[in-house]
Amino acid sequence: MVDAEDRYILELRGVSKFFPGLKALDRVDFNLRGGEIHAIVGENGAGKSTLIKIITGVHQPDEGDILYEGNKVVFHNPTVANRYQIAAVYQQPASFPHLTVTENIFLGHPVTHPTTKRLMWKEMRQEAKRLLHSLGADIDPSATMGSLSVAQQQMVEIAKALSVNARILIMDEPTASLTRRETEDLYNITKKLRDSGVSAIFISHRFEDIYEIAERVTVLRDGKTMGTWKVNEITEHDLIKAMVGREINQLFPKKTVSFGRELLKVEGLYRIGYFSDISFSLRAGEILGFSGLVGSGRSEVAQSIFGIAPADAGKILVEGKEVSIKSPMEAISYGIGYLPEDRLEQGLFLPLSINDNITVSIIDQLTNRGWLNPSREYEISNKMLELLKIKAPGIFHPVSSLSGGNQQKVVVAKLLAARLKILIMDEPTKGVDVGAKAAIHQIMSDLAAEGLGIIMISSEMPEVLGMSDNVVVMHEGRITATFSRAEATQEKLMEAAVKVTRFA
Amino acid sequence: MTDKPTQVKREPVYLRLRGFREFGIIIFIIIISLLIGIRNPRFLTLGNFHDMLLDTASLSVLALGMMLVLVTGGIDLSMESVLALTGMVVAMTIKENPHLSPLLMLVLGLALGSLLGAITGLIVAKGKVVPIIATLSMMYVYRGITFIISGGKWVSAYEMPDSFKEMATGRLLGFSNLITIALLVYLFFYYFVNHTRVGREIYAVGSNREAARIIGINSEFITCLVYIISGALSGLAGVMWVARYASAQNDTASGFVMTIVAACVLGGVSITGGVGTVFGVLLGSITIGIINNALPMIRVSPFWKMALQGLIILVAAIVNIAITRNAEKSQLRRREL
Repeated sequence: MVDAEDRYILELRGVSKFFPGLKALDRVDFNLRGGEIHAIVGENGAGKSTLIKIITGVHQPDEGDILYEGNKVVFHNPTVANRYQIAAVYQQPASFPHLTVTENIFLGHPVTHPTTKRLMWKEMRQEAKRLLHSLGADIDPSATMGSLSVAQQQMVEIAKALSVNARILIMDEPTASLTRRETEDLYNITKKLRDSGVSAIFISHRFEDIYEIAERVTVLRDGKTMGTWKVNEITEHDLIKAMVGREINQLFPKKTVSFGRELLKVEGLYRIGYFSDISFSLRAGEILGFSGLVGSGRSEVAQSIFGIAPADAGKILVEGKEVSIKSPMEAISYGIGYLPEDRLEQGLFLPLSINDNITVSIIDQLTNRGWLNPSREYEISNKMLELLKIKAPGIFHPVSSLSGGNQQKVVVAKLLAARLKILIMDEPTKGVDVGAKAAIHQIMSDLAAEGLGIIMISSEMPEVLGMSDNVVVMHEGRITATFSRAEATQEKLMEAAVKVTRFA
Repeated sequence: MTDKPTQVKREPVYLRLRGFREFGIIIFIIIISLLIGIRNPRFLTLGNFHDMLLDTASLSVLALGMMLVLVTGGIDLSMESVLALTGMVVAMTIKENPHLSPLLMLVLGLALGSLLGAITGLIVAKGKVVPIIATLSMMYVYRGITFIISGGKWVSAYEMPDSFKEMATGRLLGFSNLITIALLVYLFFYYFVNHTRVGREIYAVGSNREAARIIGINSEFITCLVYIISGALSGLAGVMWVARYASAQNDTASGFVMTIVAACVLGGVSITGGVGTVFGVLLGSITIGIINNALPMIRVSPFWKMALQGLIILVAAIVNIAITRNAEKSQLRRREL
């Protein structure tokens, strides 16, 4: 079974992990060769994150063995795993927002003076600078972590992994919040690391990631291993089949809709330090894509229109009437809804039930002289559950118990329940598996066909191209190009998005 | 790339200062000192400044302990009772054994305070009791023990040896010993917080507990530690307090914990954790000291004093926020669009 030269640096044999009422991992086998990039794919809730947490010592397996270079090991806690030079870059950067970049990199293993144990800040700052520079990231080591963009924070996380001389580097959806360009940088870095002998475990929903950099791919479904293949021996089609156990043919179910009246018009919108001179219009039935690099100001424009952080100058017209939106409440009263990128922090009340989450924004419409009408409420929630095919035991289960994709659907359900005219969706399918993604795209298309106007911010090129009627491209706070669906191509969008090269 | 200048232009000093966290509180201290100085020039004398620092010494030590707890996202309401209990025990000890060295009393205060803090810390870290509940309970428990051991009686000035009272009256290089003690504590903690691993781990736990766990920080230990430190500093402040006022009473420092929190907040410590500096807390304590010292000097009626104190704290907090926001905004303005 194993060639003589194929020594596994890490091997998992029959590993299981149980959580109350849930079998997260069921006798999973997995192995990693030295100097290999090994992709793990699977739908949300397939057990990828649990697998990672077992390898990094955050969780301990209930069954099965972990072998490191052929010897059985037990990772009692993350420190032990660190000692075996295993480092992880998590999907949501597990960082310290109040502390500096340097500290974030070195806190777990600071450079200290050999006798006095004093922290050697100067040395750490220099090393941090060197690491970040080797990643091609232009980040000030003295900057506060919380002031960086998600992509920059991820770069810092990778620098952190490099700083411990990791032999096994685990990356949990590292490209999810990166732009094309940043993704390519990451590919190059990962390949460079592989060539220097580091093994990498790469978790991703994006098949282009897998085919671009991985040698082998392991598929997980419902906590079980479906198999391991060399990437050049399995087609994308078969991979999807292994993941979901069914075929998904139509990834972008965009209907052609004739546009109605102008719903939203933005003229010369300006917010100090974030964006300037933003003008565009959105008509009924239109899906307007917002493309551009992360940090180009797309989300900030959306947040200004929704009143979270009002603009400093410029006009917003809703159905031809100029409005002043100073708070989300006002925005909702004009029929504008917003699906935030960070659904955990801004989109959901995790401990509350699905029902509470869906009806929270329309609660005043469901009351009769101040008394809540629960049956009306349940009716709406159940309808949404069915409509969006949310996988949940019932509407009274807390949202925190759902998988990422289903949580995203609950956020969408909340928006739909509010009966809005204009929807702003920021990365609507980020971190969502293939099945849920297709479902969300279908919903978007249906809503547009019903006459809603949708602004979709997306960093995924195929999504922008597949779903938008028109595309606006932003770069460093300004609109650099606008394309119709027919005109838009990957190359044109990218060209507009990177207009000026920021890096030497 | 081409049209950008290769060298970043140095900003004028006042602009660079604006980015400095403690800038707001410093401005506030200067303004209020000048205003009070105009009404009563005696306020701006060195002698008065020394008295004010002397009055602030215990508060500043306490605020340092509170800061570390706040940085981890907790709060220690029991500090005032630890202060009273330690003060009482020390006073009773020195009353029975007047020949003992005052230095030994400081050590006793630190040790007893640490022990009491450790109990609170274990309840929070191991018992997983919410800090505000755990420390509120211990506030009553320790206050109760103070009454029990003293039998409700005071230890008065005449019962204490002069050597002990000299801790407050004696001077070193022109400064009261109490000020010197506070200064030493600050120097030690400045180093501890900024230049030791454990010091930084306190901030890490407060900034993101889960991430701290992932990089192998023992957050239970850190949580326990900050309560031990706040206990130790309360104990130390207890000895300082008793020496300063030359009496140990059962209701010593009752209700003082809110002043400690106020000093921290004025100094820019975040109640939600992760943020706080040693220098900031020092400035916050001094601000409270100025307010306490100045109001009687400009003949504010004692009836008005408390309400006015509250108002001034509020104004200082607002000024602080406004200046921080302004600094953020000017930073944004420098971004190119």
